[in-house]
Amino acid sequence: MSKINLNKQTVEQARNYAASIADQVQSFVDEHTTVAVERTICRLLGIDGINVHQVPYPNIVVDHLCDCNLLSYGVANLIGTVIDKTGLTPQEVAEEIDSGKLDLRQWSLVEKNRIRIILEPYVSQSIKKIQQHRQRREEDLVRFGDKTGPYLYVIVATGNIYEDIVQATSAAEQGADVIAVIRTTGQSLLDYVPYGPTTEGFGGTYATQANFRLMREALDVVGEKLQRYIRLCNYCSGLCMPEIAAMGALERLDVMLNDALYGILFRDINMQRTLIDQHFSRQINAFAGVIINTGEDNYLTTADAVEEAHTVLASQILNEQLAYKSGLVPEQMGLGHAFEIDPEVPGGFLMELAQAQLAREIFPRAPLKYMPPTKHMTGNIFRGYVQNALFNMVTALTGQKIHLLGMLTEAIHTPFMSDRALAIENARYIFQTTEGLAEEIEFKAGGKLQQRAQEVLDKACQLLADIESHQLFGALELGVFANIKRSRSGGKGLDGVARKSLSYFNPFVESFTSGGVKHAR
Amino acid sequence: MQDKNVALEHHWIKPYGDTLNDGKTQISFTLPVSSGPRACAAAVKLANHMGMTEVSIVHQSALSEQYSFFVLYGTLQHRVDFATIQVEKGEDKTLSLEETDLLIRKAIGRKIIVIGASTGTDAHTVGIDAIMNRKGFAGHYGLERYEMLETYNLGSQVANETFLQKALDVQADVLLVSQTVTQKEIHIKNLTQLVELAEAEGVRENLIMICGGARITHELAKELGFDAGFGSGKFADDVATFMVRELIRRQSNQC
Repeated sequence: MSKINLNKQTVEQARNYAASIADQVQSFVDEHTTVAVERTICRLLGIDGINVHQVPYPNIVVDHLCDCNLLSYGVANLIGTVIDKTGLTPQEVAEEIDSGKLDLRQWSLVEKNRIRIILEPYVSQSIKKIQQHRQRREEDLVRFGDKTGPYLYVIVATGNIYEDIVQATSAAEQGADVIAVIRTTGQSLLDYVPYGPTTEGFGGTYATQANFRLMREALDVVGEKLQRYIRLCNYCSGLCMPEIAAMGALERLDVMLNDALYGILFRDINMQRTLIDQHFSRQINAFAGVIINTGEDNYLTTADAVEEAHTVLASQILNEQLAYKSGLVPEQMGLGHAFEIDPEVPGGFLMELAQAQLAREIFPRAPLKYMPPTKHMTGNIFRGYVQNALFNMVTALTGQKIHLLGMLTEAIHTPFMSDRALAIENARYIFQTTEGLAEEIEFKAGGKLQQRAQEVLDKACQLLADIESHQLFGALELGVFANIKRSRSGGKGLDGVARKSLSYFNPFVESFTSGGVKHAR
Repeated sequence: MQDKNVALEHHWIKPYGDTLNDGKTQISFTLPVSSGPRACAAAVKLANHMGMTEVSIVHQSALSEQYSFFVLYGTLQHRVDFATIQVEKGEDKTLSLEETDLLIRKAIGRKIIVIGASTGTDAHTVGIDAIMNRKGFAGHYGLERYEMLETYNLGSQVANETFLQKALDVQADVLLVSQTVTQKEIHIKNLTQLVELAEAEGVRENLIMICGGARITHELAKELGFDAGFGSGKFADDVATFMVRELIRRQSNQC
């Protein structure tokens, strides 16, 4: 039963436009690869570690590939050929390239079927590891039972992984269900992934595979004690999008921010580069059973939450269609939105409620990600606590799933341990005291909530029609999202894009696409 | 305000609860020990060290096995002589968008060129956007809406070197720097570096340099070598008013 009297025809029309936009994007994506995609393949083939100059081996291999002008063939072809001729392991190949003993141009490429057979042991090793992690998560969720209500999501951001663990453990004990480790500022623009455990960061902690592993272990320990499965979240966005997806899959992360549009708009990453990267990263996430989060909520930090609400919905519908292309199922689509209307707007709460209910009804199976107020948090912590309470009310009434807890000290500092505890207390109180309320409430026919929802949906549909006519790249050049314009050839990372040659080969796509859908819930 | 206080002869002041100079203060903090009587005693002792007496712990809870949270009320013993408190006086009333445009037309006679960015590794555009975006923030239109301002918003994660070079390229009069991330004082380092760079290039005196962000104060900005700083509660019109007045002041000094 629809509370907002959802116009199903408009929804279907909007989805059709979005599917057509996604088709256009996909035909571009399918013809290209990037340095990040190739480095990811290196990682999945078991290449890891750094050289004496602290350069990660995946970068060494792919940089060499670019120097030799061989990127378009894909690293798998080259490594497979070297293994065939020399009997080295992928890691040894990387080390030999680093020491200058090996030149990938030495041999002509071996035929694709032979490459597939040669690489098979390395491919299946990673695939198996990812499958085991997925299985462990699913077993734990059966053993402990998964939470039925909203997942309480909090961030840690000390810069030091060991301090993060202290904070995360305490948050889990307080009742947090998802722990996100915020990345250090600027990491999205690094064209490599740092290595090893790290203790220095600004506004967050480096995403490294060692840091992932340390936090995962800590959350497993506290989860065992609490008899709950604590989900771990990180950021697979920026110039190393698919590499971080692979690292997350290998270390059992559960939730990943994973949205090319966010990188294009807010980090000025080149749109061609990041949409290609996104596809492979989402294939990995699909296979690993990871829930992706999208970043539409951020649009409202620069654009007005009342006037631009439809851009959030349009982007969610588009992200859904793009996600299908990578094999994600609705249960893995944490589409994002936010409670960002100016508290001074009369009736603002009604509009928040309408938007949240609209998203809930359009994406009934998706674990929607709902972001707390940030833009209009002022430093008045007492008022901020009330704003967060109202935000919690919206989730209580509309069943958002991944519920990012608002901090009363937002706009002041990265959360203190007590800020987090107070946020959890706020949410638990509201969810408990309003239990059953959502089922008791219907929205007045033709009333303000229904009208607002209809208006946002109509405008979103119109926007998707416009984007379809310009294609996505053209629409981004016009500044349709967040009032930000980006050019097709501008931003960072375009030089890492190559058109695939006819013999291009990525051995993991086959395994992911066959296994991912089969495993999907 | 000050005159009124002097008239009331309340030179010495303390926090106000419900009676003048009762010193009533609330604080909250976390201690890295398990909650219980010893933790409470430690919390009270800390409050005593802060200058509080009659300390009462109104709330305590365990955040985990090894951390406990306290809310305390007490009576602050410290006081300050309000008559001796000096702050740098801000300019007079903030001008409206129309008034600023008019003043620029009359007194400068050309558009003022403004360039802004969130510099260093800071990825947040929220601050610079609040000041520069046409739409503005909280009902205050942004600088892009001013007819007599020519604006360039470079966005976030702009290196200081790039920022200064671009400023020189467009012959900017005013540089606006936003800093959102302040963890481990990274903003101090970054802001200082920009001033040093401008000085090294010999262009510091030709530029009006302004920084802003939730944790920036005018005093801090001056200390770091900026002309002004704008913290929370300040908007585009405050920034615009300052830049036009400062430019006029510099023009008249040159005459």
